Amino acid sequence: MSMLDIDALDVWFGRDRGRVDAVRQASFIAAAGESFGLVGESGSGKSTILRAITGLAPTWSGKIAVKGHAIGQRRPKAFYKQVQMVFQDPYASLHPRHSVDAVLGETLHLHGFRDIDARVVKLLDDVGLGQKFRFRYPHQLSGGQRQRVAIARALAPEPELLLLDEPTSALDVSVQAEILNLLADLRQEHGLTYLMVSHDLSVVGHMCDRLAVMKDGEIVEIMDVAALRAMKATHPYSQHLLQASV
Amino acid sequence: MDHLLDVENLWVRFPTRQGIFDAVRGVSFTLGRERLGIVGESGSGKSMTGRAILRLIRPPGQVEADHIKLDGVDLMQKSEKDMRDVRGERISMVMQDPKFSLNPVMTIGDQIIEAYRLHNRVSKSIAWTKALEMLEAVSIRDPDRVMRAYPHEMSGGMGQRIMIAMMLIPNPEILIADEPTSALDVSVQRQVLDIMDKLVKERGMGLIFISHDLNLVADFCDRVLIMYAGRIVEVCDADKLHDAQHPYTRGLLNSLPRLDAPRDRLEVLTRDPAWSEAPSVSGRV
Repeated sequence: MSMLDIDALDVWFGRDRGRVDAVRQASFIAAAGESFGLVGESGSGKSTILRAITGLAPTWSGKIAVKGHAIGQRRPKAFYKQVQMVFQDPYASLHPRHSVDAVLGETLHLHGFRDIDARVVKLLDDVGLGQKFRFRYPHQLSGGQRQRVAIARALAPEPELLLLDEPTSALDVSVQAEILNLLADLRQEHGLTYLMVSHDLSVVGHMCDRLAVMKDGEIVEIMDVAALRAMKATHPYSQHLLQASV
Repeated sequence: MDHLLDVENLWVRFPTRQGIFDAVRGVSFTLGRERLGIVGESGSGKSMTGRAILRLIRPPGQVEADHIKLDGVDLMQKSEKDMRDVRGERISMVMQDPKFSLNPVMTIGDQIIEAYRLHNRVSKSIAWTKALEMLEAVSIRDPDRVMRAYPHEMSGGMGQRIMIAMMLIPNPEILIADEPTSALDVSVQRQVLDIMDKLVKERGMGLIFISHDLNLVADFCDRVLIMYAGRIVEVCDADKLHDAQHPYTRGLLNSLPRLDAPRDRLEVLTRDPAWSEAPSVSGRV
């Protein structure tokens, strides 16, 4: 069954003469349990697709369906229990004056959980941070630890689909390896579906099963990772991208 | 081999509430007319090394060194006023993000002309032609329009090329590039590197290329210093980087995902406290 079904998605910003079409006629399907990658250069619209799914880019048309339920302009609360997002910059995505405990506790509270205390402990263990980080503030954490907190926050409502917007591009390669391993483990443990945006083809090659290559707001090619590894891209732009990244 | 730059026992210290923090600890290296890469994780002191050479570290930070010799003249002994003649004219620096290093309320033309006229007493019209030539040299199409444009009208790749043009127009002997391509897309990255490479070769400049990207450095530089916790742990030729010996370098290389060698799990770096204790390896030739 498909976890995420996107069909003829258009996303635009501005109006009349100032209108910019950030995404044009994008269509793809991510199966349940799959890890699907979106690659392309900056400005190609890959992050915009994620933002349209979560409702951060309100001007869109076409079809976005999660588990077969099409999404309208207003998303029900249940949607946010199913779909969560991890942002690129762990330095910007955590409130500087909220402790880790407050960040996770608030999310749990908003989603109506009762046993918040036990769940915060469990979440921290899940992302490999442990108890001693519970009452720290973001400035007391390294970049990798912050990204772990951001992942824990995304996992708090027990989602099925996780949207990952360049989750490791702000991190060192050694820390990137830790986070990618963590994401792979979590996907297996919780049976998650990933939609991952990255400009780094080798990261997508490592994490994903299939990927879509985007250029100027359009998906130019969808291929599986075996084809990517064998350098068998069919569209000239994806070939160019592959050559530039090895 | 003649050395453009000779750094001996460089230390950078910052006093903190928990005592003195050593960001760079006793680093020595020389630079000839070559491309020298400095790699390491964030916090390893690679950017601080670049800034310390130009004495750009502000109090309360302290720079100490036995000497930092530029063509035999010790920069450590120079007054702040004399340092201004060094910065830009003899050693220039390209920073990571063009968005933060270009003046947002000045046209690009005015900024490049300012950089040129600071070091050369020429009329504005000659400076304008020089600036146009420089923009052409960094492969900017339609330089006339770019001269009159403001930085926000430029893309990241163009901004970085403009930065390189501005830094090279006084014709320095040494260019320090601090993560010049990290904010750029892979395809643009290549272009910017090619331009930098061409200019450095043509003018016989020395280049210090600071980056966290091992593959890029292995590809682009002649010699590489690998830094960890403020010290140089290994020095090697760039084309032999993939055969590096030090466990830290090996760990960094192995933690990279690779398209041609898929793995279920990536190797995670296990840090040995002995790495930061061991004395700095000298990068002198």
